[in-house]
Amino acid sequence: MIDKLRRPWLWTTVFTLIAIAYLYPIALVLINSFKGKVYIASEPFSLPDAESFVGWDNYVRGIDLSDFFSSFGWSLVITVGSTVLILACTSMTAWWIVRMDNIYAKTLYTTFLFNLVVPFQMVMFTLSWFADYLGLSNPFGLWIIYLGFGAGLAVFVFTGFVKGIPYEIEEAATIDGCGPVRTFFLVVLPIMKPAVITVAILEVMWLWNDYLLPYLTLDLKNYKTIPIAVQYLKGGYGSVDMGAMMGVLVLAMIPVIVFYLASQRHIIRGVVAGAVKG
Amino acid sequence: MKKSLARWGWLFTGPTVLAFIIGFVIPFVLGVYLSFADFRTVTHSTWVGLDNYKKLFGDDVFLHSLWYTSAFAVVTTVLINVLAFTVAYVLVKKFRGRNAFRSVFFMPNLIGGIVLGYIWLLLLNGLLAMWARSITFSPEYGFWGMVVLMCWQQIGYMMVIYIAGLQSIPTELLEAADMDGASTSRRLRSVVIPLVMPAITVCTFLTITNGFKMFDQNLALTNGAPSRLSELLSLNIFNTFYGRPGFEGVGQAKAVVFLIIVAVLALAQNRFARSKEAIA
Repeated sequence: MIDKLRRPWLWTTVFTLIAIAYLYPIALVLINSFKGKVYIASEPFSLPDAESFVGWDNYVRGIDLSDFFSSFGWSLVITVGSTVLILACTSMTAWWIVRMDNIYAKTLYTTFLFNLVVPFQMVMFTLSWFADYLGLSNPFGLWIIYLGFGAGLAVFVFTGFVKGIPYEIEEAATIDGCGPVRTFFLVVLPIMKPAVITVAILEVMWLWNDYLLPYLTLDLKNYKTIPIAVQYLKGGYGSVDMGAMMGVLVLAMIPVIVFYLASQRHIIRGVVAGAVKG
Repeated sequence: MKKSLARWGWLFTGPTVLAFIIGFVIPFVLGVYLSFADFRTVTHSTWVGLDNYKKLFGDDVFLHSLWYTSAFAVVTTVLINVLAFTVAYVLVKKFRGRNAFRSVFFMPNLIGGIVLGYIWLLLLNGLLAMWARSITFSPEYGFWGMVVLMCWQQIGYMMVIYIAGLQSIPTELLEAADMDGASTSRRLRSVVIPLVMPAITVCTFLTITNGFKMFDQNLALTNGAPSRLSELLSLNIFNTFYGRPGFEGVGQAKAVVFLIIVAVLALAQNRFARSKEAIA
């Protein structure tokens, strides 16, 4: 499907304009983050001038009001910890399900598939109660909750991949005297690397931005994630400090953009692989 | 091999299954049970049969949100897929900057729904202020606001999937169509679209379920205002659980209905994808 266009420069120009328009909402937040809150409300589309410019004030106030760095830290702990746990546990399970292929394995697989379809609202009330009941209402408890609720997608992508690995390789390992554990960790897992990256990307994109599950299960007096901190800024009665909000929005986007620039190639590939399997 | 594999089953499946039971199976089973019960907390419930489901169909706000959400899902699905396919169709061709454009279009996906909601709240309210209005002026304003936001967020994601689909079309087929004298539109209709059908099915399914499940953006952008008329299903369920004491059972029944809708969509997609595979 590689085609040449008749006037490539024209397309470049058109798409440059579209791309600028596409980035405009983000730029608008960035511009307004340097303006006083009165000016954000009254003239959102003007650039900061001598009168409206407030320097880093919004950032300082936003960090203070939202307790940004602590939220950032907990977001990081939850996202990284859950992703690692999901990768470690579900890759093992998926391989076992494919190779074992008995009734237990098949039942497990079907239940995981079902989990993939169930919207969070279905378990929202009961899960938040159960998490609290078991004492899992903290970032480390969330690792287990996320492993449980997010297992479906990961198992699904991994089993799809394992089915494509030739069985002979593992047989050779068995003949050489490897048990299942060593076979998996020394032979299978290295082969699964592309699928591991795919699942890691999909999980990170979900976990980092997830709002409702942590909002309902975490003990919010002690722990917040970034989306929760942003939502908290809104306050109860529609009284939003727009200045602080702009500062926090920019701060919330920085880690995402850094992650994107650093691993764009993997992200795109992960999305495609995840979609084909889906 | 299988025998020793069976012996190690506890290690390979144990941790996942245990977490799965805690994080999914028990809450799910309890959830289904509680949809037939009257309760304030999970531990104190009384069986009421189909009462919750009966109440649900007398709940005008819920019925409105069901309709509103369906319309939203359909509109966003059509717009996102048409736009994403068009963009992908151009961006597979060779011209300067196409990789940079792809990156730009994809980027909004990584930003979370809450943050996106507030970004667009600033922009949309800023624009509407010129007419002395805001996004919560009427449910239609909220509707189109969320449509624009959803398109902005998801076009890039679907574009990436379409690009992969388009790139997998063998060049010989297109050359053959050219030699047979097919016009550009004929080639698109008879060669390109049938061959990217798997991508179209996946993207349609993803966008329609995303439309039905949307919560964060709704919460941040309109929070249901004015008077709960811009509430999508997820937010409606949330507000029934946590905003109306005594209606937890109804909330749970709504969640079951929601699950059935999403499950039917998933089954339909699965059927459709399989029938297409059979033809190919």
